Amino acid sequence: MTALTGLGIDATQGGKPARPTASKAGRMAPVLHELRQHPNLAVGGTLLIVVTAIAIVGHIAPPHNPLAINPNDMTLAPSAAHWFGTDEYGRDVLSRVVYGLGIDLLIGAIVAGLALMIGSAFGLVTGYIGGWFDDIVMRVVDIVMSFPSFLLALTICVVLGNNARNVVIAVTIAYVPYMLRLTRSSVLTARSADYVLGARAVGASRGRVMALHVLPNAVGPTLVQATLMVGWAIFDVSGLSFLGVGIQPPSPELGVQVADGASYITSGQWWDSVFPGIAIVLTVLAVNFLGDYADEKLRGQRA
Amino acid sequence: MSTLIEVRDLRRNFRRGNEMLHAVDGVDLAVTEGEAVGIIGESGSGKSTLARLITRLDRPTAGSVHFRGQDVTVLSDRKLRWFRRQVQPVFQDPLASLNPRWNVRRLIAEPLRIFREPEIDRRLAEVLDDVGLHDDLLARRPRDLSGGERQRVAIARAIVLRPAVLVLDEPTASVDMSMRHSLLALLARLQAEHDLTYLYISHDIRTVEQTCNRTVVMYRGRLVEQGPTLEVLRTPQHVYTEVLMSAVPQVGQGTGTRNRLRARSESTVARSASGCVFLERCPQSQPECADSPPIVEVSPGHIAVCMLAGHLGKGVDES
Amino acid sequence: MEGLAVHGLHVAFGDREVLRGVELTVEMGSFVGLVGESGSGKSLTALTTLGLLPRGARVVGGSIFLDDEEIVGPGRDGTADVRGSGIAMIFQSPLAALNPLMRVGRQLERVLRRKGRTGKVEQRCIELFGAVGFQDPEQVVRLYPHELSGGMCQRVMIAMGIASEPRVLLADEPTSSLDVTVQADILDLLEELKARTGMGMLLISHDLSVVAERCSSISVMWQGSVVESGPTSDVLGSPRHPFTRQLVRDLSDESLAAQATHSDVTIVLNEASS
Repeated sequence: MTALTGLGIDATQGGKPARPTASKAGRMAPVLHELRQHPNLAVGGTLLIVVTAIAIVGHIAPPHNPLAINPNDMTLAPSAAHWFGTDEYGRDVLSRVVYGLGIDLLIGAIVAGLALMIGSAFGLVTGYIGGWFDDIVMRVVDIVMSFPSFLLALTICVVLGNNARNVVIAVTIAYVPYMLRLTRSSVLTARSADYVLGARAVGASRGRVMALHVLPNAVGPTLVQATLMVGWAIFDVSGLSFLGVGIQPPSPELGVQVADGASYITSGQWWDSVFPGIAIVLTVLAVNFLGDYADEKLRGQRA
Repeated sequence: MSTLIEVRDLRRNFRRGNEMLHAVDGVDLAVTEGEAVGIIGESGSGKSTLARLITRLDRPTAGSVHFRGQDVTVLSDRKLRWFRRQVQPVFQDPLASLNPRWNVRRLIAEPLRIFREPEIDRRLAEVLDDVGLHDDLLARRPRDLSGGERQRVAIARAIVLRPAVLVLDEPTASVDMSMRHSLLALLARLQAEHDLTYLYISHDIRTVEQTCNRTVVMYRGRLVEQGPTLEVLRTPQHVYTEVLMSAVPQVGQGTGTRNRLRARSESTVARSASGCVFLERCPQSQPECADSPPIVEVSPGHIAVCMLAGHLGKGVDES
Repeated sequence: MEGLAVHGLHVAFGDREVLRGVELTVEMGSFVGLVGESGSGKSLTALTTLGLLPRGARVVGGSIFLDDEEIVGPGRDGTADVRGSGIAMIFQSPLAALNPLMRVGRQLERVLRRKGRTGKVEQRCIELFGAVGFQDPEQVVRLYPHELSGGMCQRVMIAMGIASEPRVLLADEPTSSLDVTVQADILDLLEELKARTGMGMLLISHDLSVVAERCSSISVMWQGSVVESGPTSDVLGSPRHPFTRQLVRDLSDESLAAQATHSDVTIVLNEASS
């Protein structure tokens, strides 16, 4: 209730002190406190660190060669020698999963990064300039966004051809409008803030205002969305690859693996699909947790 | 003393759905050097819009604003730079008008940077001293300061280029009552020390009374009365001003004995273009008020746009 | 004693005491003022009366009585029945307190039904809206909050407050966000309602002039406790606590000069030697 805001008491926090009390642990104390206050950060951060570490190790030194076909060891169940078993070509599933993790993370980051850069650049300009330019851009955005993003990416891949480069292009195109809209609305909000007026009043030019005042304050929500987008990108890319229009076998990309193993599930060889599937889920989950944390922090800052 | 600011038939219209809102509806005003002019009015009076038009943070629909004789209404941004140095706004809410990510040093230094002033540090120290802030506030952000300190930072930024005019929009609204006095005292001191001219916009009549030598009363976009502050507030010559003043809480004993002059309740009838702006709600309206009301100079410098100007405060019947 | 009595109220947030032994009485038919700065605890005191403590706060001492019946005490944070049937409260931002998606008439109807009213609530709504000063209540009933001005919204809130015919009405800064003429109208309305129904009224404000004009007695809060209270003329004429003295000093500086010509009452403030 508005009645509570004048109390000078931080009612929503239930009396927790604003800073952790000084402790002998020194530097670690604030970090630990933050982790305790925000389980999102703890869970997401840990998970992502673990996943990334596995992916890096998996790229440099996988236990077995992820691409090596081994006719003798085909479709072995998980065992001490092959923790995740082997697939129908005798390839070690564990190696393929950790290697594929790296691929997906990288692709996800690239897609999110490209969408962020392109989308926010356009969003910034169109939000600030407005006028007919804004109208045209927004109509284009509306058209693109009227297609479900997955189907749009699917169509683009079919048209352009099925390979890694094209799937990156396709998913990026599907995501750019979101980033554009998000940046644009942040810019619109920032643009009408009094501190923009204040800056103009002391003589700042439009360009200066845009660069120094509007952009830094508008960029927050966009960054949060970008982190979440890594997760969605992994989902979409692996989904497209699963359908066969994205990355192609024999690449150990996680979606491809799930597709390869899908037909064997009914005959009892579950490990081929399930492990890559779990890897996808964990990665996306980790990214989502971090995105939630970033969102919390952003709201806290704005309040 | 010369006329610093002159406003001629200034108008600003906003389109709201199907209707046109006349936020500022033909205002004429002159501000002389060294004055402190208070603009009072309730919500919808147009005083904040007028302030934005005068500081050229908004473009009028019609009319002009002149500064030192030059028409600044039509100037481009680049040509306005000299004007911006001279006429500075101070906004109502410093938390909103100061970039929340910047620290105090960067905020106050920005005007200096924009105009390429030398010796930034020295000027910063001077200005902080002027507004009574300690220099260990320089590293802090607006969020970490008290309301009074924040407003002082806003004032510091406004005076750092040594302007001639400050346009203050409700400067004490976001400040605790206990700090209000010191803030008003600061403003008075700054005016004296730096030969500033003030345009003081407020809905709080008491603070205007304390700080301004001349007062202007606005209602629905138009000027209804202006003159020396004490005259306007103590012996109002426009019915609206009288309604306003009688609503100000007065300390008394026996609360039931006060007779307050009340405006008639709002109706949804659109205001007619001619006639007094206060006509629909005026408790003492005359048939003649439907035509343009006269501009009456009741005493030197005290003007009211009312049929009853000069006859109020002498036992007028309250209907 | 008929009315609201707060005795020695202590409220804590975690281990930090925010209300320290608050003493306050609002008798039926009286108009009591509560002044203090933001953070002094005036709103919190009112909320405690209704059992609306924010999360993490609890009553650690003292009691609150309504008509000599204890409604709040340690361990008893106020029951939901008391809210609205004995005590009602109105707040500062009526637009924020009203549901923007529902017509105001319907919102009032819901309040009436929640208080146990059955039958022709529509008629009662129109009566209530008329009682709070709307000239055409049948029209107002159909409006949405955003179609009303600030003053009109506050009248709606007042209607919702008196719907349950409370013994005591708490008004927390009811006019702080309103224009001065609207403020005067709303305060006139509150006085009128008090006179008609005989309920006790508590006016909370940071503005001493508002309180001093209307209230027969004033309590001053500072840092969680009531530091001074008594009849208005006493508190203004001979303030004892330094904070009260400061408030009175500010008041006399400002308001003496701003007397309109047709005011019937003038006062001379006696400044106690400081």
